[in-house]
Amino acid sequence: MANLKIKIGNLQLKNPVMTASGTFGYGTEFSDFIDISRLGAIIVKGTTLNSRQGNPYPRMAETPSGMLNAVGLQNKGVDYFIKQIYPTIKDIDTNIIVNVSGSCVDDYVATAERVNSLSNIPAIELNISCPNVKQGGMAFGTSCKSAQTVISAVRKVYDKTLIVKLSPNVTDIAEIARAAEDAGADSISLINTLLGMAINSETRRPILSTITGGLSGAAVKPIALRMVWQVAKAVNIPVIGLGGIMNAADAIEFFLAGASAIQVGTANFVDPTITCQIIDGINDYLERHGYSSISEIISALEE
Amino acid sequence: MAIKKYISNLAVIQNTAINSQTHLLKLSSNSALPTIIPGQFAELRIDGTSDVFLRRPISVNFVDYTKNELWLLVQKVGKGTQKLCELRENDNLNLLFPLGNGFTLPGDFTQKVLLIGGGVGVAPLLFLAAELAKLNCCITILIGGRSADNLLLVNDFADYGKVYFTTEDGSAGERGYVTQHSILANEKFDKIYCCGPTPMMKAVGQYACQKNIDCQISLENTMACGIGACLCCVTNTVDGHKCVCSDGPVFNINDIKWNND
Repeated sequence: MANLKIKIGNLQLKNPVMTASGTFGYGTEFSDFIDISRLGAIIVKGTTLNSRQGNPYPRMAETPSGMLNAVGLQNKGVDYFIKQIYPTIKDIDTNIIVNVSGSCVDDYVATAERVNSLSNIPAIELNISCPNVKQGGMAFGTSCKSAQTVISAVRKVYDKTLIVKLSPNVTDIAEIARAAEDAGADSISLINTLLGMAINSETRRPILSTITGGLSGAAVKPIALRMVWQVAKAVNIPVIGLGGIMNAADAIEFFLAGASAIQVGTANFVDPTITCQIIDGINDYLERHGYSSISEIISALEE
Repeated sequence: MAIKKYISNLAVIQNTAINSQTHLLKLSSNSALPTIIPGQFAELRIDGTSDVFLRRPISVNFVDYTKNELWLLVQKVGKGTQKLCELRENDNLNLLFPLGNGFTLPGDFTQKVLLIGGGVGVAPLLFLAAELAKLNCCITILIGGRSADNLLLVNDFADYGKVYFTTEDGSAGERGYVTQHSILANEKFDKIYCCGPTPMMKAVGQYACQKNIDCQISLENTMACGIGACLCCVTNTVDGHKCVCSDGPVFNINDIKWNND
């Protein structure tokens, strides 16, 4: 058994496999299929200060090797999370990370502050990259200045590990990543979904109620891999790679490109047991290639 | 109350076209099937094509526990269901099941229940009829379709109760929609179970509300995960957005707020 342990900020992971926010519910949805405590971390659904109904149906369109979603951060708000959900998941033997979203800086700060008080939540992932909400979300992650404003404000009230999730819908991802690092991020995760669109030619209508939505799944992997590679070169904090990881070989590619950990997202919809298969597959790869630890393959791309 | 879900491979033992658009797939499990409630569904994995990325949710049509057989009725509506209809004997099919909440069976078995199905929506009602028959309920079945060719499983339903039809073109049964059938005017029912196209379920729901009859419907929104994780398949209810996959697919008509209402 190779050493799969990895550290992200002050966060100790038993292995580098996390679940991407919005694709794994609160974790317990998958416990009939896998032992969720085997995971390195579970990143729970995007949580906002106030309850959100999300966007109207239809919110999903299947696309070649992927899907578009426009869920729009449906959740019952941070106070509901703290009272109703946190007690049911806090003792799962893995890192439970809350994905924090908002529509203005004050909302991000207030939500992060409340989550900071939860002893069994060792980290947050600041979502400045949701493409499916009218206000905030991705708008914060597409300019260095607005990214820095929200990250610095959250940094002041949040003293545990702060991961910032970046949007791929930018011209220069490295520049945004450096801005996030300067503003106090402990780690960067990328990529969130790519803004896309689907049309039904028969009805001449958009398929999604919101017209545009976020593209995920196998189709986005080459873009995600390129961006992780660019960001890993640009910053000195650990990078968490995600985007179209469907199996262990995909995950290995992200480590080679510079990711210290990975998240599995849309693949959970295709196979709810895939995260555990990826953990085993990473171990097999390391053993097969004679590595004793996951850290040996991070940024080990031979260029 | 949560019912344990499984991921397993089942073997295709029969694939029969029952009309030009619809196939009956009979699957067999090596191990004993778990208890499945009528109205629950399975998410089927379709491999080998980049066009079909996600699983396809298909409701359970029938369960034969003695043979460990699970039946699915699949209508070709797109590339995924087309692939399912092309499955051959001995092919393996990967299923997540049983998913969602099924129909609530009547507490009082002396009740007169009416099952209303349209098109491929009859699928979960056959299994429901079989379970209701075990309870000795008095079952009436009303099936609607565009024409005689769209009336599915008519002979199978006849094993469990009296079957009536409507067709829009009048090629079988009474001409018109299910809600126009004379049985609704002539008989009184205590409970309605309905699955079919949305306009049919809306009309049946309206009828049930007017007559103050308890009515459950089964929805079929497009889904990704099937287990309440992705929140893609929501329907609007009196309690806000609910996942069709995990809060449904069966809902009481009084809880549904149709879009544009």
